[in-house]
Amino acid sequence: MAADGDDLRKMEHPLEIPRLQCGAMEGVKPFVASPAIQENLGFPGELVPDWKERALEKMADLAANNRAFQVYLDTCVKCGACTDKCHYFLGTGDPKNMPVARQDLLRSVYRRYFTLAGKYFPKLVGARDLTEDVLQEWYSYYHQCSECRRCSVFCPYGIDTAEITMAARDILDHVGIGQKYSNEIIGKVEDIGNNLGLNPKAMRATLEDLEEDLEDDTGISVRLPLDEKGSDILLITPSADFFAEPHIDGLLGYAKVFHEADVSWTLSSYASEAANFGLFIGNNDHMREIALRIRKAAQDLGVKRIVFGECGHAWRVAYSFLNTLAGPFDFLDQDYPIPQHILEFTWGEIQKGTLTLDKSRNDHIRLTYHDSCNVARASRMGDEPGGQFEIPRNVIKAVCNHYFDMPRETTHESTLCCGGGGGLLTDDLMDLRKKGGSPRMTALQQTTEDHGVTHMAAICAICKTQFSKIMPEFGYEMDSVVSVHQLVSNAIILTGQEADQDTQDE
Amino acid sequence: MAYQVNGSTVEHDEEGYITNLDEWSKELADTIAESENIEMNEEHWEVVNFLRDYYEEYQIAPAVRVLIKSIKKSMGPEKGNNKYMYELFPYGPAKQACKIAGLPKPTGCV
Repeated sequence: MAADGDDLRKMEHPLEIPRLQCGAMEGVKPFVASPAIQENLGFPGELVPDWKERALEKMADLAANNRAFQVYLDTCVKCGACTDKCHYFLGTGDPKNMPVARQDLLRSVYRRYFTLAGKYFPKLVGARDLTEDVLQEWYSYYHQCSECRRCSVFCPYGIDTAEITMAARDILDHVGIGQKYSNEIIGKVEDIGNNLGLNPKAMRATLEDLEEDLEDDTGISVRLPLDEKGSDILLITPSADFFAEPHIDGLLGYAKVFHEADVSWTLSSYASEAANFGLFIGNNDHMREIALRIRKAAQDLGVKRIVFGECGHAWRVAYSFLNTLAGPFDFLDQDYPIPQHILEFTWGEIQKGTLTLDKSRNDHIRLTYHDSCNVARASRMGDEPGGQFEIPRNVIKAVCNHYFDMPRETTHESTLCCGGGGGLLTDDLMDLRKKGGSPRMTALQQTTEDHGVTHMAAICAICKTQFSKIMPEFGYEMDSVVSVHQLVSNAIILTGQEADQDTQDE
Repeated sequence: MAYQVNGSTVEHDEEGYITNLDEWSKELADTIAESENIEMNEEHWEVVNFLRDYYEEYQIAPAVRVLIKSIKKSMGPEKGNNKYMYELFPYGPAKQACKIAGLPKPTGCV
């Protein structure tokens, strides 16, 4: 068992290349899903006797049906550009966490069975047999990749390493080895509607409780509507927004913005989850099933628009795949983006001048912003290239006086993962999460030294939870990570609200 | 994987959450707490009891904020805050307190 992050390396620089530590993370594995969890998703409950044939069949199937997968396996020239780009490599020093090396765990098997040279001269071309040890090695190292795609930005061939990780996890599920964390959650979304397992009655009670808080704080009745047919907007947000800190403060921010914009909106108890963990395990069928819940909710509620809350992987699936998975959305109002991000909505309202904002209400903190990986590298916001970088910053700057960016090589398209994305936000990987988060934390520490930054804002439920857990290791309070809409919520003065009636956060 | 309480065996999962929620007892809570290096006092029990009552009504643990609001009402603002909850349950009022209260682990991006 690896240390619980107690051997964290002190980094001088966020991208400092570590001394190699061969085997440092060997054998690190998240809990394996039980047969009940696996079978609930239609996967074998445990390793099937003919696992080798089935794994190779699945690989052949992926190569045949996913051109990108085959191209990625064939084109790598081992140039080395990606070697030092992974936060898990930087944090652990384990050479198998170099993206090229991690990919080669699968590529070497592909070569052995699917290329001429590998079939006849395996040793010459680095091809190897598929054995049970290899499967276990896949399970370990393909759960030390958060599918953040930072390495892909630097690959001259554009190889998307995340796709290799997803394929490996897909093959593993196919032969009966699944990850407990992701697969249990996918089951809950498909059975109940969200990752948490929050049923409609509990969801309604939570929202009513929050409405009370809002009224106590502001003196204004701000609603958090649930399942209201005929609303204009359906808000799809991560269920962490109904449960965790600081996520809930973001939810209150969305509600205040909608209230001031005077639009009718609703949440859905049927599609009460934005995140799509089908992406994490590389399984299209589950990704589609989760996406279809959103379509059904939108149709049943008769909404005209779909807006997504602060959730990184959700936005990737929503922005890039929603139409393919669950479209066409011809029943929605075509004059609005389908789907729209809550930040696009809020930025629009700020530009229109709908919101009364008092920036000084955030003067007690000095902010920086963490670009969430899947928003930064796999999507866009607004009409301009780079909108996914500028719109969140524009909103933050409109509600805060003290904003400072982290070092440029760790932001925008080069952003570092929080260390908990892609299905790794589980307690059994805490050691890996702390190490993988250390490059980002080092960048934050630099910004604190240079500009006195006290807080970091994020727009992803995973980032928020991950940072609130690991920040104490790096000298910050756990509430030093904030939702962007929490900042908006702090700054908004609601129509009719007495200026001194608001209780500030913090 | 099991806890031993008063001569009986209570199964738990890899992370120490009991698998059959009906097998919970106060003695078991003490045993789980011990394995988490927590000595149960009145405040711990206040949290555990609230979680169990809430679960009985809603079949899920409450949001941390709802828990804190209730504790604030019963024990005052010095104790009804996130920081104090983490003093009581260092691994988090949601996950660790749920484990001791015999409830399922909250899952998702939390």
